[in-house]
Amino acid sequence: MFDILHYEFMRNALLAGVLVSVACGVVGSLVVVNRLSSLSGGVAHAAYGGLGLAVFFRWPLLAGAMLFSLAASALMGYVTVEKKERSDTMVGVIWAVGMAFGILMIDLTKGYFVDLMSFLFGSILAVPKQSIVFMAGLDVFILIATMLLYKELVALSYDEEFARISGVPVRALYYLILALIALCVVVLIRVVGLILVIALFTIPSSIAELFTRKLSRIMLLSSVLGAAFTIAGLFLSYYFNLTSGATIILVAGASYFVALIARRLPKAVRR
Amino acid sequence: MTNGIPKPAVEMEGVFFSFGEETVLENVTLSINQGDFVGIIGPNGGGKTTLLRLALGSLRPARGTVKLLGGTPEKNRIRAGYIPQETSSNKWFPISVMDVALMGLLSRRALFRAYRKSDREKAVAILDELKLSNLADRSIGELSGGQRQKVLLARALVSDPEILFLDEPTASIDTVGQDEIYEHMLAINRKGTTVVLVTHNVGAVSSYVRSVACVNKRLFYHPDGVLDDSTIAATFGCPVDIIAHGLPHRVLHQHVQ
Repeated sequence: MFDILHYEFMRNALLAGVLVSVACGVVGSLVVVNRLSSLSGGVAHAAYGGLGLAVFFRWPLLAGAMLFSLAASALMGYVTVEKKERSDTMVGVIWAVGMAFGILMIDLTKGYFVDLMSFLFGSILAVPKQSIVFMAGLDVFILIATMLLYKELVALSYDEEFARISGVPVRALYYLILALIALCVVVLIRVVGLILVIALFTIPSSIAELFTRKLSRIMLLSSVLGAAFTIAGLFLSYYFNLTSGATIILVAGASYFVALIARRLPKAVRR
Repeated sequence: MTNGIPKPAVEMEGVFFSFGEETVLENVTLSINQGDFVGIIGPNGGGKTTLLRLALGSLRPARGTVKLLGGTPEKNRIRAGYIPQETSSNKWFPISVMDVALMGLLSRRALFRAYRKSDREKAVAILDELKLSNLADRSIGELSGGQRQKVLLARALVSDPEILFLDEPTASIDTVGQDEIYEHMLAINRKGTTVVLVTHNVGAVSSYVRSVACVNKRLFYHPDGVLDDSTIAATFGCPVDIIAHGLPHRVLHQHVQ
């Protein structure tokens, strides 16, 4: 059963999956309670523009994606704060333009044949060592930031107006959340690909939200759930020879479905 | 609490405010004394909420000056309690009643610092005082509108404020629950806390408040709480029920008989 652990790429993949799950569990919880999932989708697709740019100029891919997703999230933050009534449309535009830009940049790169699919659906089995180091660093940063700013994050998410009056730097904190989303998106693209980013961002937290009613516990539970989904997905994809990113997401999606039913059942029985 | 000359809790002078092209407040001058119970009434979009936000320093006037408790709102709002409009809070956010009450002490604790044990004790005490102790561990989303509003009152009172601002605190509560909230406000006011209540419930104004301000772009202030036909008509743009504040009973006269 555990013979696959003999392969280094598999050990790396499992490690990456767990590290990413922690980041996503914490930031994804903020995304879910603040209803930021469409914005996160926009950031993920805009990051593709950065990948294209990095390919064209032969930069490191991670750096290119990070640059673009941070810029896109800052832009979306500006739009959602300053032009609230237009924000929905603007997020859609940034989403599409970033993606289109990336595709064109890759088109223009002579002799570049790397499979586009590996960005769209991820390539967790080919995660390089330095990405794992980056993921670990990101986890540490996210955990420290969330612990230090926990009471402010709770106040901002529950009642922005009250938080502002209480002296919370609401705008700075909002941009921080968006920056964390951007950084998570970058590492997630590696694991499940940009199309599936939102799923791994929101499904574990949405399940956790069904069973606990405290932000810190949602963060903890969704990190654990995310890790369970990626590990289970990896094993299944290995034994049945399936695409790993898609398998992880289907495991998560199926679990969400089961969780929804499980949550309803006790009520139905009581009636 | 004050002998002789009353001290002002809120002072506004020649205040103008606009959102883009749209003028919200025009040349507003207002002075609310400490210990007063003021009702701010006016039509929707008339600038009531904007007035509160200016007093609390979350908005800055385009022209004019605003003072809270003798200083700038930014500095002194730490001594104020606030219940924003219900729509401001995320009802489905996963948070317990206890944690909402604790949030009232947010301005007392610096960034990067957690709440202290004494903060928790204060929150427990205020929940007890408002008879909410049995709900402390419940999630805010499971409560009724009236219970939720009482929790927000607890959050505003936990810091023991000198002045309390309330923005439509009874908008989505049944009459019994409304009375309960108003009685709490009255009790708080009797202990010396200034209360500023924004409402479009003219009936509430008549039976609880001492002074009335009518806001519709411009502001008409009635320190003695007496309104007449013409100011109400000017504020709302149409005739409304008149309020008279006769002590000991306040009477709401009907227009049409």
